Amino acid sequence: MPETVLETIGLTMRFGGVVAADNVNFKLGAGELRCLIGPNGAGKSTFFKCVTGLHPPTGGQIFMRGEETTGWHPHQIAALGVGIKTQVPNLLDGLSVFENIWMAARRFHPAAEAADRARDIIDRLALSSIAKAAPGQLAHGERQRIELGLVAVADPWLVLLDEPAAGMSAEDIDRMSGIIRDMTRTAAVIIVEHDMQFIRSVASTVTVFHQGAVLMEDHVDRVMSDSVVRNVYLGKTA
Amino acid sequence: MTGLWRKQDLPVLVIALIGIWLLPFIISTYTLTVLMVYGMLGLSLGLIWGFGGILCFGQAAFFGLGAYTYAIAAINTGESTAPMLLAIIVPAAFAALLGAMIFYGQLTDVYLGVITLVVTLILFRLMNSTAGPQYVIGNARLGGFNGIPGFHTLNIPGQPDRFIWGDGLYHVCAFALLIVFFFVTWLLRTSFGRIAVGIRENETRISLMGYDVRARKTILFSIGAAIAGLAGALFANWGEIVTPGLFSLGQSAEIIIWCIVGGLGTRFGPIIGAAGLAYLKFLLGQQAVIDNAIIMGLILVVFVLFLPKGVVPAVVSLWHSVFGRRAARRKTRQRRARTGWTPHA
Ligand SMILES: Nc1ncnc2c1ncn2[C@@H]1O[C@H](COP(=O)(O)OP(=O)(O)OP(=O)(O)O)[C@@H](O)[C@H]1O
Ligand SMILES: [Mg+2]
Repeated sequence: MPETVLETIGLTMRFGGVVAADNVNFKLGAGELRCLIGPNGAGKSTFFKCVTGLHPPTGGQIFMRGEETTGWHPHQIAALGVGIKTQVPNLLDGLSVFENIWMAARRFHPAAEAADRARDIIDRLALSSIAKAAPGQLAHGERQRIELGLVAVADPWLVLLDEPAAGMSAEDIDRMSGIIRDMTRTAAVIIVEHDMQFIRSVASTVTVFHQGAVLMEDHVDRVMSDSVVRNVYLGKTA
Repeated sequence: MTGLWRKQDLPVLVIALIGIWLLPFIISTYTLTVLMVYGMLGLSLGLIWGFGGILCFGQAAFFGLGAYTYAIAAINTGESTAPMLLAIIVPAAFAALLGAMIFYGQLTDVYLGVITLVVTLILFRLMNSTAGPQYVIGNARLGGFNGIPGFHTLNIPGQPDRFIWGDGLYHVCAFALLIVFFFVTWLLRTSFGRIAVGIRENETRISLMGYDVRARKTILFSIGAAIAGLAGALFANWGEIVTPGLFSLGQSAEIIIWCIVGGLGTRFGPIIGAAGLAYLKFLLGQQAVIDNAIIMGLILVVFVLFLPKGVVPAVVSLWHSVFGRRAARRKTRQRRARTGWTPHA
């Protein structure tokens, strides 16, 4: 049994009358790669925001590597070694791509070393041609890759990726799958995705969210063939 | 990356030194002194607003606080060195407290504006109501709306009877502005400065990177107040009197206008905007045909409509489109390739 890197107990997030996360019990082991799926509005992004401290949950507890992090600020959680690519990319739009990635590395390394690491990631993500551009002027797929880069450069041990493949070309998705597999050598990764093809290619265990709660958690093949899941989710999109 | 000095700093330094030497041939040093002081005040807001994204409606509060601190301390000590230092420290400490309250309380930008505005108003009211003889700090009577006159002005450090005034004071103010300018320049090149700009761009991302945005904004806010406080102390020395008018909303609004007209997000803009508009106001003050406030208002409207980025960015882009845009690009590319940095104006 590997170490548990993330555990939520009864995690609940209410926005007024909307229960966006409803008593979520979730466990993730070190080095695991998990996919989160669920229809629009199921609460996947809300779950990520609670875990990373962007929304302090209205109920329940969050543990990371055994330490309770409920109510911590985003920067405290990030400083532990948790990285998130948000659904709508959060970038420093007016600075260069290089500086975006450098700044993420700078948090954990001296300036010069951060620059080396940033250059390294930029090469690996094939961002060299746009390294001096401002992300504000780039396409969605490129912005996704930049955000992936600034998450990767900080060497996190827990990575949350909210719809990382959206807006990417097939070639970009291949490259990204490679990066994600690299990440799993040192980190546990949770990915929110809608693309079934992509999910099959990277993950084995899938957690299904529905109306804020966990509906099912099992091997990807069993989840896909489950009639309830097909009803709430696949039935609509397939 | 290593070292904060860049090649482009040398021409700036040379031109500034020539300017400090030449300007007195055109404008009286008495006027120039206050233009330098306003330039510094403009830069103090230009730093926290243009680079840190903190729009403070009460920068005049720190300016006034610096001036009053200087006056009160100078009356009590009978010299100027410690009062000058206090005039930097007191506003900085006050801003640190105020900033901590605002940023740790996670108040939104609107509340930041409102609170800084209200603080300015309170200080204005407070100083206005200290006319009675019971309002003293040490030997200094606060004097209410009459202000505090007759304090000890700037002297050569350690020699209280050797005053610095007239041309001497002009040179002190000019060099102080030059030093503050390079301090700001270098601050913006440090990791702290780059991350401050990152906060301006996207606070959420910066905190998701693991940086404590609250602490960093508080520190930057405090640095801005320190600079404004220094400007206030120099202003007190120039005017030889401090009055509650220093805390007025009009003064705060003017600082914001300087930054907008000069160019936000640049270091030169707020200085040029401040000195330029203050000089214009001085020239207009010598005629009585048109009201001052109307012209200032018109200038602001014209800039917001036609030059929303301000004078300095407009001049820079004009320069690039007229003189060898290619050459400029090539140079930038070389520099960026060498350093991996995005330059800022
Ligand atoms: N800040 C907020 N304030 C109020 N309601 C919110 C907020 N954020 C999310 N919600 C609501 O919570 C529910 C879950 O939203 P969430 O974004 O987590 O869904 P999701 O599973 O990520 O969906 P999608 O696939 O569309 O990204 C939705 O009903 C949404 O309207
Ligand atoms: Mg979502």
